[in-house]
Formats: sequence, C-alpha cells, structure tokens
Amino acid sequence: MQKNSGTLTGRFAAISAVALALVAAIAAPASAQNLPLQKPWKTIAEYKKDYVRPTKVPYLAENPYTPEKERLGQMLFFDPRLSGSNAVACANCHLPGMAWTDGVAKSVGEKGAIHVRNAPTLFNLAWTEQTAWDGRTEYLEGHVKGPIGNPRVMGQPADQLIAELGAIGGYRDAFKAAFPKDGITMDNVMRAIAVFERGLVSGEAPFDHWIKGNEKAISESAKRGFMLFNTKADCAACHSGWSFTDQSFYDIGLSDADEGRIKIIKLASMNHAFKTPTLREIGRTAPYMHDGSIANLTKVVEHYNRGGDVKRESVSEHVRPLNLTKAEIGDIVDFLLSLDAPDKPYPVPSLPMVDHKAP
Amino acid sequence: MRRYLVPVLATFIGAAGSYAFAAGTHTVVQSEKKFSEAELTIAKGDTLVFKNEDPFTHNVYSQSPGIAFELKVQKPGESSDIKFDREGSGEIRCAIHPQMKMKLTVK
Ligand code: HEC
Ligand code: HEC
Ligand SMILES: [Cu+2]
Repeated sequence: MQKNSGTLTGRFAAISAVALALVAAIAAPASAQNLPLQKPWKTIAEYKKDYVRPTKVPYLAENPYTPEKERLGQMLFFDPRLSGSNAVACANCHLPGMAWTDGVAKSVGEKGAIHVRNAPTLFNLAWTEQTAWDGRTEYLEGHVKGPIGNPRVMGQPADQLIAELGAIGGYRDAFKAAFPKDGITMDNVMRAIAVFERGLVSGEAPFDHWIKGNEKAISESAKRGFMLFNTKADCAACHSGWSFTDQSFYDIGLSDADEGRIKIIKLASMNHAFKTPTLREIGRTAPYMHDGSIANLTKVVEHYNRGGDVKRESVSEHVRPLNLTKAEIGDIVDFLLSLDAPDKPYPVPSLPMVDHKAP
Repeated sequence: MRRYLVPVLATFIGAAGSYAFAAGTHTVVQSEKKFSEAELTIAKGDTLVFKNEDPFTHNVYSQSPGIAFELKVQKPGESSDIKFDREGSGEIRCAIHPQMKMKLTVK
C-alpha cells in the first residue's frame, strides 16, 4: 500500500521516474490539510482506484435487455409523432450531439411551452434509482409516460398515441418483434424507451485511459485538478465514483425559487435539494444546474469557491468558501474537460412511415 | 422482570448482527453512506440509536405506517435516538442519500 511519501509499489511501479516525481508533487500529505468534514486525504494513486468504470450495464429484472426492444426504443425516442403536435420528440430536448441535452437553460416543449427546468444528460442513468432533478420518478422506466403526457412537454394522451402507432405498419412489426405477447401498449412504449436509454453510457474519455495507466492521456493540469477535486475542493463528497455522482440530494446554494425535492420528501434538509448529476461529458452539457443558470464550467467552480450564492439552513456544509486560487480553478476545469470522450457521430434511426397502400 | 428479557433479546437480535448493550437499546452506525444493518427486529419499547460516523450529514426518517418518524439532521459525529412504542414494520431511509435503506420490524 502506498503511504504518503510518493513512493509507488505494486501495479504502479511501472510508471516512469518523471511521472513518479509528478505524482509525489501532486499527492497531498495526509496530515493537517484536510477540512473539518473530510477524512484524511489520500494519495493520487489511491483516489484513482475510486473511478474504475463498470463492465456491465444494469437492467431491471422486470424489463430485461433485448436488441428488439432497444431498436424500437431508439425509434420511439427520435419520433416527433410521440407528441400531440407531432413536432416534439424526446430528442428535441435530449440531443445526441449535445450529450443528450439541448444547450438552453430551459427546454422548449409542446407548442413552445418553456419547461421549468434544464434538460439533464441521459448518460449513465441505468445506475440511477431516482430520476429527474428532484428524484420524483423511479428508474428510467418511471420517467417515460410523464413527459409524453405532460401538456407542456409532449402533450400526447396515451390512447391517441397507441392509435397513431397502430396505424403505422413498421411500428406494428417492431412492437410485435419486441413484445410478441401484447404488441403496442403504453407500458411497452415505456419498456422499449427505457431499455434504449439504459444503453446510453458515456464513452471512454482521456480520463479513463489515465485511470488505466496511460500517464500521457491527460495534462498535468488535469491531474492537479483531479487531486483538488478529491481534496481541497471537496467535490468528491458528492460527485463520487466512476460516473461522478452519489445519486443523492443536496442544496448547493443556488438562488432561484425552485424548492426541489422538499416537494417530494417534506424534510427541511430537502429544501432546494436536487440530485447530484453525473459529470461525465460535462464539457458538452452547458448551461449547468437544474435551472440552467450557470453558463460555463469556470463559473460553476467559482460558484462552489465562494460557498454558493444563498445562505440558508438547508445548504450542504460541503458548500463553503474553498479558497481556491485562479490557477487551481483552471486545473479543476481542465480535469472536468478530461471527462469528455472524443466526439463520435451518432447514427439517427430511420423511422417507419405511413402505409402507402392503406385504404 | 426486565432482566430476563436481556438474554432473550440478545439472542433474538444476534442474528441481525446488532448489539444489545442494555435491554432494548440498539445501535445503527452510518458509515460510507450506508447503514450498518440491512434488517433489524426489535421489541416494542426499544430504542434505536443512529450514530453518524461519516464525514457527511445524514437525515434519517421513515414513512412506513406504524414506524413513521423523522430525526433531525445529523452532522458528522452526532448520535440521535428514537423509541418505538408501537408494533409495526417498514423501511428506514436517509433523505439525503436514498441508497441508505434498512428494514425495521417492531414486535
Ligand atoms: C420539452 C423538452 C423535453 C422533452 C420533449 C423530453 N424531456 Fe426529458 N427532460 C427534460 C427536462 C427539462 C428534464 C428535467 C425535469 C425535471 O427534473 O424536473 C428532463 C428529464 C428527463 C429524465 C431524467 C434524467 C435524470 O437525470 O434523472 C429522463 C430519463 C428523461 N427526461 C427522458 C425523456 C424521455 C424518454 C422523453 C420522451 C418520452 C423526454 N425526456 C422528453 C426535457 C424534455
Ligand atoms: C454537497 C454536494 C456537492 C458538492 C460538494 C459539489 N457538488 Fe457539484 N453538484 C451537486 C448538486 C446537487 C448539483 C445539482 C444542483 C442543482 O442543479 O441544483 C451539482 C451540479 C454540478 C455541476 C453541473 C452539472 C450539470 O449537469 O448541470 C457541475 C459541473 C458540478 N456540480 C461540479 C462540481 C465541482 C467541480 C465541485 C467541487 C468544486 C462540486 N460540484 C461540488 C452536488 C455537489
Ligand atoms: Cu445520509
């Protein structure tokens, strides 16, 4: 086991002497510096072990993976005919080219209605039990019928949707293939879309190559940022694990009027509390926060550095002035950007059209 | 009378991996955003002590009928206790960290 001297053993022994010196310089001494609410600081090699990617995607026992469901779910996700106006697809607000977000502070839905919150990424939600910013829905399965029926999001009543899909031969076939027993039903729309969404896992980023041992995969600044993220800046108190979320709910001192999770769980600690979001692909999901109020990542880190904007009982103790220097803020931003996987074009599915020989 | 209860209780709860230091007091530790017990069965009139050994704040509650309760927010190092005077069973959770769950039965 590595202590705090900067000497490396075991699987890290292969790292070059140059890297060794750098690790020693970046690794924080485990002594005095840790903040009141922190465990003693560890070394960079020890922190790296907390961020290994999983190898399997979890599916619910009630809704197991099949390629037919995934293919159908992808078609439905990109199909604007799921909305009352036939103009709003799930993908209107969750665009693959923007890491499944939409680039605006508040999404635009059915008939131009402005949503009350910012559209979050759909990456890595297979590992999430409480979905939505306030965790009001359960699993991905629980967050499909809501947006379709909500008049301000897609505004499509279930019976109309079933009738519309039933009139399209390509959908009749795709539902039959995915759900031989009961074909086109609202529950099966939900199941197919959720199976498709579970497959949305953020790609391997430079950060992952570094975790695997390629010291050149990220910059020295990003490595310093990673260390700050885990120590002085205390980000990992909430953004923990490979997807950088503890799936928990906190008030981080934003100043809008949205009361968040207290509407779901009436405990004072849930006032203005929202779910810790993943930081994977974070460079591509601006603007940030449930209200889309922070324009870029430097401003996000500055928000935390000043201990948030609002003082109230519910604000987490982990949100307090951090005394980060300008250079340290830059390092954290470089680290965050190392979580973006290289851009890859996303193939949009071809959608089934009307029956041309229908009477 | 009470004294006779101690060994009975201790064996009873022993299976759930809990400690009965005194009759009717059981401690649940919160560490690494987890409860030390996944399931616990206690007797009517017993007290549960929740001990926060994390560097994080917790907020323990239950909405299950029969055992419903709310503890105040627990800062690192703080302990809170709660006495169960009625029979019932259900789930105890932390509001902040919903993955923290345990089952409680009061008999
Ligand atoms: C009008 C824009 C819009 C459309 C259309 C839309 N969404 Fe969303 N989506 C949002 C917004 C905004 C949120 C955040 C809502 C909240 O948390 O209260 C969200 C949240 C979600 C979440 C929760 C993410 C998380 O981090 O927990 C999922 C899953 C999701 N949407 C899936 C879908 C699916 C599936 C569809 C189509 C059936 C869809 N969305 C259609 C805007 C939209
Ligand atoms: C107390 C827990 C906590 C701590 C500490 C914390 N965060 Fe957050 N973070 C959250 C929560 C909760 C949100 C969502 C808040 C909201 O929208 O109301 C969030 C949002 C974000 C976002 C925006 C994500 C998005 O998709 O909009 C970024 C980026 C971020 N945090 C980075 C950091 C960094 C960097 C640090 C350390 C300087 C940090 N966080 C510390 C809990 C925390
Ligand atoms: Cu907790």
